[in-house]
Amino acid sequence: MKTSLSEFLHGIRDELPILLGVLPFGMVYGVSAISAGIPASIAQAMSCITFAGAAQFVIVQLIAAGTPWLVVILTAFIVNIRHIFYSASVSPYTSTLHPLWKWLLAYLLTDEAYAVTILHYQKVGNERQKHWYFLGAGLALWTAWQLSTAAGIFLGGHIPTSWSLDFASPLTFIALVVPALKDRISTTAALASGLTALLVTVLPLKLGIVLAALVGIAVGLTLELKKTPLIE
Amino acid sequence: MSQEWLWVTIILVGLLTLGLRLSFIVFIGKMQIWPIIQRALRFVPIAVLSALIAPVLFFKDSSLDVSLSNIRLLAGILAILVAWRTKNVLLTILSGIACLLILQVFVLSH
Repeated sequence: MKTSLSEFLHGIRDELPILLGVLPFGMVYGVSAISAGIPASIAQAMSCITFAGAAQFVIVQLIAAGTPWLVVILTAFIVNIRHIFYSASVSPYTSTLHPLWKWLLAYLLTDEAYAVTILHYQKVGNERQKHWYFLGAGLALWTAWQLSTAAGIFLGGHIPTSWSLDFASPLTFIALVVPALKDRISTTAALASGLTALLVTVLPLKLGIVLAALVGIAVGLTLELKKTPLIE
Repeated sequence: MSQEWLWVTIILVGLLTLGLRLSFIVFIGKMQIWPIIQRALRFVPIAVLSALIAPVLFFKDSSLDVSLSNIRLLAGILAILVAWRTKNVLLTILSGIACLLILQVFVLSH
């Protein structure tokens, strides 16, 4: 029987390789936030309060483009909807925990923590201590994200604007999207969304981005349902 | 956006995100997500991020520009190729920024 401490340390250890990718990502976020004119305190608070990498990049870019706050919130919400899926996926394993544990683990439920935790939950054995593994993985990521953000904010204040570091956030999106285009359906969805975004820039309040994303999702879903229909 | 509204925005996004993360763990319990929603979720990040990338690359001073003088488009195309070949986030960002800086110097001096 493993102790809670050894589960906790195991979670941290499994998260470490992922942190190598997260650290530069957090630094680029910090630099982009500062070059978008966001004050250092708010840039750091966003890492703490929102604690969602991709959404934070999206928020920074939309704020830099002068988007109204309601549209920023709507777009960030759409980007973060996938967390419902993670929440549903881990909920059978957390159902017997104290509510405080549930709230804490939910706050720490990011892409990176989910990735290692769900695999660990699916292994047989030591069921009563596995939430400690989740906590270890989640806290390791949380700490790395806060520190790398702080480092990026510091750097961002020292780099001249002529270095065009505002371009780092669209480049990050490219780095995330391109490897995810694994088949023709997802590539078509991405092209449909990008093309719509170009056509609808006339829409007020930057709502074009929300509309373009919905078009991309609809195109992807339609093509996929045509290929493999839902079994009723 | 003023500082006050920035705070309001990030706090509301934080609460909504926490709500999404809490949804099944605390509120809904063991209910199943509709299969059609599950399938749609796969396209959410791809679609949102593509919608954010395209205008940055193709618009210069708020008008469409597909000429060689649009250096962000050129740097973006290079980054797309690097991302496609290497799947490396850091390398993609660095090559895109480096390409843009070089083109900036080149355009400024001509």
